[in-house]
Amino acid sequence: MTTLPFASFTGAFEFIFAPQDSNVTGGNQVGGFEKSLELVLKHLEVTVIALAIALIVALPLGLYLGHRGRGELFAVGIGTAGRAIPELAVIALVAVLIGVGLKTVAPALAILGLAPILVNTYVGVRQVDSATVEAARGMGMSELDIMRKVELPLAIPTVMGGVRGAAIVIVATATIAPLAGVETLGDFIINRNVYGENGLLAGAILVALLALTLEGSLALLQRRLTSDGLKLKTV
Amino acid sequence: MASPLLLTAAGEVGGDFFRERSSGTLPCQAQSSHLFCWDWAKENIDRYGTPTVQHLEIVLLSVVIGFVVAFGLALFAHRRRQLQPPLLAATGILYTIPSIAFFFLLLPITGFGRDTAIIVLAAYTLQIIYRNTILGLANVPASVKDAARGMGLTNRQILWQVELPLAIPEIIAGLRVAVVSTIAIATLVVFINAGGLGTQIYGSGNLTFPTSIVIAMAIVMGMALLFDLVLLTLQRLTTPWRRVRQA
Repeated sequence: MTTLPFASFTGAFEFIFAPQDSNVTGGNQVGGFEKSLELVLKHLEVTVIALAIALIVALPLGLYLGHRGRGELFAVGIGTAGRAIPELAVIALVAVLIGVGLKTVAPALAILGLAPILVNTYVGVRQVDSATVEAARGMGMSELDIMRKVELPLAIPTVMGGVRGAAIVIVATATIAPLAGVETLGDFIINRNVYGENGLLAGAILVALLALTLEGSLALLQRRLTSDGLKLKTV
Repeated sequence: MASPLLLTAAGEVGGDFFRERSSGTLPCQAQSSHLFCWDWAKENIDRYGTPTVQHLEIVLLSVVIGFVVAFGLALFAHRRRQLQPPLLAATGILYTIPSIAFFFLLLPITGFGRDTAIIVLAAYTLQIIYRNTILGLANVPASVKDAARGMGLTNRQILWQVELPLAIPEIIAGLRVAVVSTIAIATLVVFINAGGLGTQIYGSGNLTFPTSIVIAMAIVMGMALLFDLVLLTLQRLTTPWRRVRQA
């Protein structure tokens, strides 16, 4: 076990806020607030785009399958297979076979977010009391309205659980996006020979803070989206 | 079609592995756009043995440690309701911090290598196992506990002979999720030099060699599927009353 001589938390924080002489390539200035902010924003951009793609694909599919009560094996299978996909392999394959850049990395990250959203939406909709759905149908609501106005709102806590799971996977995997040519915060981590050990630790700190902030925001969003009636039930 | 640009790039980062490949006689292994090269795979499959064993060791150690800690926390918090929200929040933070960042956050303390990998992966599994155990225990009907108490069972007996057996499906469900995700995430331990199948994806030259990435990915996913089935079988065997009810 070798502990790094240069890496320290104070060094890492200095790296985030002020450019420093690289301790690897002498003379170059690396890090600093502007660079850090640029990478944070890029990281966030990739994450949000990927999450949006995953949501657009998986939410309607999960709603439909759950509403029809079909494809349980499909949903469960996708769930397990989705969790088993090694993130590193996805990024590496996409980079070498399809190409580098935001246009390929964002859809690749979205693939990793599909499973949690699909499975949770499916399960959430299936858990809706069938009497409630019958009542809605009896009131003359169309099937589409039942999905949108009855099943989705009632399934929101479960659906948001899936969205949060997807966000965690995507924001984590965006860290290795520099392998596919997208400069996220992972750049500090992967290009150790440019940023040095302080940069490495700074990257780790910023990625962790970004992930926790994103998760916190989604938890708040979940609270806003959940109807008051459901909140009472969970107490 | 081999892209000359990619091959040059691979040559620069690649060590002996890439040179060995490019000097081979088979054409497909030198092409980075070729998804899978059977001939190379057949000849080189034995190089995946050691990384697979390393991968397995890291996953098993992490999940066992994670399970012991999370299960202990869940039992401790089971009868102390006020501890449940803070424990859920604490394990949630450990779950949310991306593993790759967590590795390097521990670097000044535990350094490069397998110890760091196992600590991070075990910390990741805590939330999944803890939450499911608490959920399983909470789902035991109060009437069942009352009946057990009426039969003269002590609190300890009720926990081990009534509540825990009834919570097995949820506990194993959590374990399945934890094991499958940990097997996938353990590919990232290559970044802190802890070995595993990630070396066959990110190691010298591999990043531009799809065949190696595909093989490593297949082993990882196969391992995950295998463990999932083993745990599912275990769940069936330990909860025979569920099958009776279904019949």
